[in-house]
Amino acid sequence: MREPVRDTRESPRFELRFSLTQGTFTVAPDLDISARAVALFGPSGSGKTSILEAVAGLRTPQEGRIAVRERVLFDSETHTNVAVRERHLGYVPQDLLLFPHLDVRQNITYAPPRRSDLDVPNLTHLLGLTPLMDRKVSGLSGGERQRVALARALHSGPDVLLLDEPLAAVDLARRRLILETLVTIRDDLGVPLIYVTHSPDEARAVADYAIVLEEGRVVAAGPPVDVLP
Amino acid sequence: MEREILDIAIFTTIAALAATIVMLPPGIALAWVLARHRFRGKAVVETLASLPLVMPPVATGLLLLWLVGRRGPVGRMLEPFGLEIVFTPVAVVLAMAIMGLPLLVRTARAGFEQVTRRYEQMAETLGARPWRVFTTITLPLASRNILAGALLGFTRALGEFGATIVVAGSIPGRTRTLAVGIYTYTETGQDARAAVLLVISVALAFGAALVANRLAHVD
Repeated sequence: MREPVRDTRESPRFELRFSLTQGTFTVAPDLDISARAVALFGPSGSGKTSILEAVAGLRTPQEGRIAVRERVLFDSETHTNVAVRERHLGYVPQDLLLFPHLDVRQNITYAPPRRSDLDVPNLTHLLGLTPLMDRKVSGLSGGERQRVALARALHSGPDVLLLDEPLAAVDLARRRLILETLVTIRDDLGVPLIYVTHSPDEARAVADYAIVLEEGRVVAAGPPVDVLP
Repeated sequence: MEREILDIAIFTTIAALAATIVMLPPGIALAWVLARHRFRGKAVVETLASLPLVMPPVATGLLLLWLVGRRGPVGRMLEPFGLEIVFTPVAVVLAMAIMGLPLLVRTARAGFEQVTRRYEQMAETLGARPWRVFTTITLPLASRNILAGALLGFTRALGEFGATIVVAGSIPGRTRTLAVGIYTYTETGQDARAAVLLVISVALAFGAALVANRLAHVD
């Protein structure tokens, strides 16, 4: 096993060492890093989402260890596998999965709040959702849906925010605004991010650490300016 | 309208409603288990759940009679408490519920199968425990099909004849339902009364089936 990539800055620690079979190849990151925002970068089908889902607990690795902010979520040696509901991670999947039968307010408040600074007034102000609160989610635009999904994940007071290509369905004008909001979430609210993208520009704008994947293998890892094309 | 005819219509409607309420909890639970779980003997459970649809209703009634009759296992348990089911309105409700259950289970199961697991997983990531996921995500998203299944079960209960006549008989003012009434009046040459009950039956069944079909097929 090769030496894991290490970063010693004062930032939340992520330990991602596991193997997870995905179709014809195995996703096998072997990383122990400290970063405020980690970008998982690579082409479609390279295993980015699989890593995110393994951290969220939605997929179980065959073996290995996953720890986030010193909290072990999965360890095959000690048979640790923290239940999805107890991982305290805010997950925003690519298809957002807003609950279609609930309105915006009900979606955002689905999880009970764990942090007083991430309450509804603060979140709606931060994400510009105040006029939308009583709307049905089916009538929202792509950007509005994205912000509701972010607010819902943040309302749960997550230890880390997991974002799977969050700008995929957002128009160019909105992209910059959402990227700025993500930086605010990362720096002002102190919520670390793991951010899946295939855009080097997005990765550079948000992340201070990037992992480049190809068919499940980590082909490069380090500061975005060094490892991204 | 004659008082007796009106009483039969009201009794049948109330009994069918009661049967629908009785069949809902086990029907929803069974539909969810069949939609969401794989287990040994699942095919047997599926077959048992649809048996009342394919068996002669009279045979189902006879099985019920053996089960809840004085000498049956359930009947013997109830006897010390002075409770009797056979030839009572309870027997009517029971027969209706058994006969309507398969329609509810089939329709509700399809509803549960249409709810993508990812919505439930999303709720889990937000800290929801399984019961909360079920009551706030799964059940509401499958509710249209469950309601359609309940209406189909209600419709089936309204028209129930074979099992009802075996286990509850045709006691005027006590167990006589629309279907049993039509049969009894026809048998005894009271064609006008039978015709009125027939019109009521068709109207009730048509309305319920229309709403059930709209719920099951309209997005």
